[in-house]
Amino acid sequence: MRLTQGTFSFLPDLTDQQISSQIEYCLQRGWAVSVEHTEDPHPRNTYWEMFGIPMFDLKDAAGIMREVDECRRTFPNRYVKVNAFDSTRGIESLRLSFIVARPQEEPGFELLREEGPGRLVRYALRSYATRRPEGHRY
Amino acid sequence: MKRIGNRTASDPVAERYRAGVLKYAQMGYWDSGYQPKETDVLALFRITPQDGVDPSEAAAAVAGESSTATWTVVWTDRLTACDRYRAKAYKVEPVPGSPGQYFAYIAYDLDLFEPGSIANLTASIIGNVFGFKPLKGLRLEDMRLPVAYVKTFDGPATGTIVERERLDKFGRPLLGATVKPKLGLSSKNYGRVVYEALQGGLDFTKDDENINSQPFMHWRDRFLNCMEAVNRAQATSGEIKGHYLNVTAATMEDMYERAEFAKELGSVIVMIDLVIGYTAIQSMARWARKNDMILHLHRAGHSTYTRQKNHGVSFRVISKWMRLAGVDHLHAGTIVGKLEGDPNSVQGFYNVLREPLNPVDLPRGIFFEQNWAGLPGVMPVASGGIHAGQMHQLLTYLGDDTVLQFGGGTIGHPMGIAAGATANRVALESMVLARNEGRDIWREGPAILADAAKHCQPLRAALDTWGEVTFDYASTDTPDFVPTPTAAA
Repeated sequence: MRLTQGTFSFLPDLTDQQISSQIEYCLQRGWAVSVEHTEDPHPRNTYWEMFGIPMFDLKDAAGIMREVDECRRTFPNRYVKVNAFDSTRGIESLRLSFIVARPQEEPGFELLREEGPGRLVRYALRSYATRRPEGHRY
Repeated sequence: MKRIGNRTASDPVAERYRAGVLKYAQMGYWDSGYQPKETDVLALFRITPQDGVDPSEAAAAVAGESSTATWTVVWTDRLTACDRYRAKAYKVEPVPGSPGQYFAYIAYDLDLFEPGSIANLTASIIGNVFGFKPLKGLRLEDMRLPVAYVKTFDGPATGTIVERERLDKFGRPLLGATVKPKLGLSSKNYGRVVYEALQGGLDFTKDDENINSQPFMHWRDRFLNCMEAVNRAQATSGEIKGHYLNVTAATMEDMYERAEFAKELGSVIVMIDLVIGYTAIQSMARWARKNDMILHLHRAGHSTYTRQKNHGVSFRVISKWMRLAGVDHLHAGTIVGKLEGDPNSVQGFYNVLREPLNPVDLPRGIFFEQNWAGLPGVMPVASGGIHAGQMHQLLTYLGDDTVLQFGGGTIGHPMGIAAGATANRVALESMVLARNEGRDIWREGPAILADAAKHCQPLRAALDTWGEVTFDYASTDTPDFVPTPTAAA
């Protein structure tokens, strides 16, 4: 399967040039860019691992691309995403978040059903990858 | 003027309260020198007085009938601080290009209204006055809700920011589709449409306004099958998905029962119709806030009073009331689709729903500055006759914080429902990518879509099927400060 979280997951994987253009767009708006990675792609996994803190003071897309590269090199078989944070009052949240690297194989999710009375079903989603311990999932 | 008093008095106050009929302006409902207070509720009405009725008297009558007045003098006014409780018409000006129509500005003291109650606010402002004989027509065009009053409402149960964080979807409009045909499917077949649309790439699917609990599909069955579909689609995509389960029903007890069941099944969103009424909407908003649920409002019925310019209530006012009432989603027009919607007017509604502060913006029909005082935003929903080929127009007109709903434009796809959903998602992501890269999507939109279709056969098929479809009719509900309706495309 292809994990389709993030703003551009239905497009072919972005080239570095395309990633850089999106970062440039974020910087022009004063948003702080950050890089995160994970081995646990569950859609409720809100807290991916931070690859350093958001780069509040880095205003140069090339510099941020070096961080993206560094993260991809350090974790060559993980999901990596680029986030852009807007601290404007009333927003104070992400404005853009897109995946820039993914594991070679994405095994996807199992849907678990626990049947209850009255046809009630309790659903749970489990990533096949997270059956293995961290560091050995992909 | 006829006075039926039995005594004469030289004291002007005594004279004012002598039994009889006075003009509303003379009763104190017209004050051209009045300076509205920061805490006043302000209303702008479009009035069409009967022939021979003076506009300022007509404005005073509207002020009177929407606040303390009755048709005759009553001495019991003198038991109250009646000067304060009287609404004051303070300005009347002709509507540009519409002879016989006037804009009347009226100020209401804050103490006239119960805190946090849309029912009470509207019972005054639109309660009695719309049938008033001296007027041929009356339309509530805009309102300024003072911060002091805004703060008595909870506002959206979730709000646009938290909705995005819960769904983990940023930087693009959300995508939805209404299940079609809207009536008649069995729940098993209905859930199939939900599953196909969601696994194909949509974020949401939707019950239509009139799907409740009919002989062909009872509500519990619909909820069970739709949530099976939602969960299956989450498993195939790894994304959060939702189906707006319509909990509209005959009674609050029924609605709470349905909403509780939706919660038990793990739905992230429930839906209600505007026709349930303002109090029911506020009750459901409170329920949604308490239960971490996104609340979708379908504006069923609104066109009966929002569409014609000479009489009724503008949708921008309904938008303001619904933001106070606390819904998270509200259908607010598409501009390019099959339903009424002048571009400027619709952008005005969108701004009212989602901006932290609305400056005066006459071309978009916004007459008052409105400070929302930290109240979260409502996600406007664009639904009705839109398709992937219009993506550049939709994104340009409506921006990112909106739900684009392609019903027919998903389900009617020649390669199937999932393909229709994929076409819409690819069209959207390509357009957002191109816009962020600095391309002029308004001009280059069709080329951007054609390029994206090279790696997406479903998008190619969608463009071939609907690329040329437009709904090019003049709008009726247009702003008064632009000379002609702006073209839709």
